[in-house]
Amino acid sequence: MRIATETPVMFYDAAACGAGARDKLPTSQRTTSERGSWRSYRRIAIALLATVSAATLFVGASTVANAAGDEILIGLVTKTEVNPYFVKLRQAAAAEAEKQGAKLIARFGKFDGDNEGQVAAVEDLISAGVKGILITPNNSTGMLGVIKKARDKGILVIALDTATDPADAVDATLATDNFEAGLLQGQYARKALDDKTPKLAMLDGTPGGSVDVQRHDGFLKGFGLKEGDPAIVGKQITHGAQDQGQTAMENLLTAHPDINVVYTVNEPAAEGAYAAIKARGKLNDIVLTSIDGGRLGVQYVNAGKIAATVMQFPKIMATRGVDYVVDYAKTGKKPSGFINTGASLITDKPFSDLPSKDTKWGLENCWG
Amino acid sequence: MRLQSTGDGVSADQTPRRTADNARTGIMRQVLLKPTVGPLIVLLLFCAVFSLATHTFLAAGNLSLVVQQSVIVGTLAIGQTMIILTAGVDLANGGIAVLGTIVAGRLVAEQQNPALFSLLFALILCTGFGMVAGLLVSRLTLPPFIVTLGLLGIITAITRLVAHGGAFPVTDDLLAWPGNAFAVGDASITYGMVIMFGLYLLVWYLLTQTAWGRHIYAIGNNREAARLVGIPVQSRLLSVYTFAGLLYGIGSWLALGRIPNADPNALQNANLDSITAVVIGGTSLFGGRGSLWGTLIGTLIVAVLRNGLTLTGIDPLWQDLVTGILVISAVALDQVSKRKQR
Repeated sequence: MRIATETPVMFYDAAACGAGARDKLPTSQRTTSERGSWRSYRRIAIALLATVSAATLFVGASTVANAAGDEILIGLVTKTEVNPYFVKLRQAAAAEAEKQGAKLIARFGKFDGDNEGQVAAVEDLISAGVKGILITPNNSTGMLGVIKKARDKGILVIALDTATDPADAVDATLATDNFEAGLLQGQYARKALDDKTPKLAMLDGTPGGSVDVQRHDGFLKGFGLKEGDPAIVGKQITHGAQDQGQTAMENLLTAHPDINVVYTVNEPAAEGAYAAIKARGKLNDIVLTSIDGGRLGVQYVNAGKIAATVMQFPKIMATRGVDYVVDYAKTGKKPSGFINTGASLITDKPFSDLPSKDTKWGLENCWG
Repeated sequence: MRLQSTGDGVSADQTPRRTADNARTGIMRQVLLKPTVGPLIVLLLFCAVFSLATHTFLAAGNLSLVVQQSVIVGTLAIGQTMIILTAGVDLANGGIAVLGTIVAGRLVAEQQNPALFSLLFALILCTGFGMVAGLLVSRLTLPPFIVTLGLLGIITAITRLVAHGGAFPVTDDLLAWPGNAFAVGDASITYGMVIMFGLYLLVWYLLTQTAWGRHIYAIGNNREAARLVGIPVQSRLLSVYTFAGLLYGIGSWLALGRIPNADPNALQNANLDSITAVVIGGTSLFGGRGSLWGTLIGTLIVAVLRNGLTLTGIDPLWQDLVTGILVISAVALDQVSKRKQR
């Protein structure tokens, strides 16, 4: 029994003896290899410390050099960094801020749906002393607490492109009226179909997304159908992605080969749908419509891949947002409510009673 | 014969010189060899640089904000530290915490259960998942990386099933309590911060002042030797993973306190973020070496970096770059010092 209690202590000490005891021997008694590796350890540590210090000091110094004393700080927090829509939004905002002599600090979520990253970014921006914050919230209910904190500090908060829930949690919302966009798309699709009996396929976005729901409902209103009408032969979810759009269209065409009109929630989904339709050789039988108005999308309309698309104006959202913040900083005037940045039908096959613009105008005014 | 480590491994007549030598080189080396000194220097360096770059960094309100932002990952990192000390790794900690938030939120919001019951249910559920991981690692000796990776997939699926839909607000008072704050001058201290510090103190005490803690370090250092010496390895490993599960459950409560929104998309990168914090803090990924306070410093380093970059308006790509460099340097230093000790 005594062995069992003594052995662990012995063992620990043996292990310690191997490591720590040798440390306590004077330098002259340590082996050359031990001294050598302590030297290399110290050298690496010092080198790393020096590199990190140099890097951080360089970065810090360049900021101090660039910082002006009293310029207006504006914060912009987009959903993600890489989505080209938000890249254009950010660039437009930065350009407008520079024009107005303000400084834009742009942050973003790590992925589509990252709420915490956006919350932390807004908190940091409040600390930084921004006069206004422009956000495209990943989660319409997740940012309410931090938005309130910002507004309590007298910071103007404007939602861009996506509304919060409730919408009056922010001072104002600058967005496309997505219902109106869907409506234009539906009206065009109905006219393009002429007097054929409609067999409609709907490629939706992300379930529960407010933008997705509004476009869907707007389309049906513009087309003249109610939800559940037998003319709607199929609905699929695409999350606004090209690959899912293609799979969805393929499945729908297999189930209902007589589809003659397609609603898509955005242009990546439409591109996927186009590939599926082309593979089936049904290009002449189907009217394909979409929303977004990016350069690629307008080029598709130009090339005849999509019959029509509805353009959004994120650049207007960005520039107007920056202008509102600068105005607020200078005069204290706040915008309010929902401000529609507009939606425009783009097609090369227009109808006289439906206002639209052609692809030439589209390419000049598109984002991206 | 006791191989007592008093440092007197040699004969007595050399004692005076040894003491002088120790006085000259011993203290400096002993201080530098403590695993937390390096990270602490880095943290202070960042703080110094950002305070020079902008006057908004060193405000009490901002510093307390940085700590507030570290609360969730900091708490998850406590469990991660314990597991890494046993030469394991936990990829499912964020997933367990998110499941806890969804379950607690659902129970309270939809079915009108009392908040305390919902919270306890979520805590027990998270602890249960920790126990499952512990059983698989200890009894079946499966590699922790694979076990927790598989568990993460299962938990993610369960979370989506329970949430059925997107995120939803959780406005209960008890669940949101860790987010309530009291002011100390200009600083705002949330109860979540207090709980986090309390947990760090508790686990530090357990790891350094109890036999259980010594066993954890021994298992991480050399599992076979620990087993041969009589340490109950299986039950210690099970206890570590189960306790970590409980900590993740507390983390889910702190998450609901900070952002009163149960979101199945939350904490997706929390596993890697907590591993980053542990590694930057000086704990060896190979087990057996490291300090819990290093993990806290590591968490703060990441948070200070992000906060400082936003305050100075510098592109956030620097954050990823510097964090990556810090992680690699921390592991490199650990490797070199291990080689030195052999």
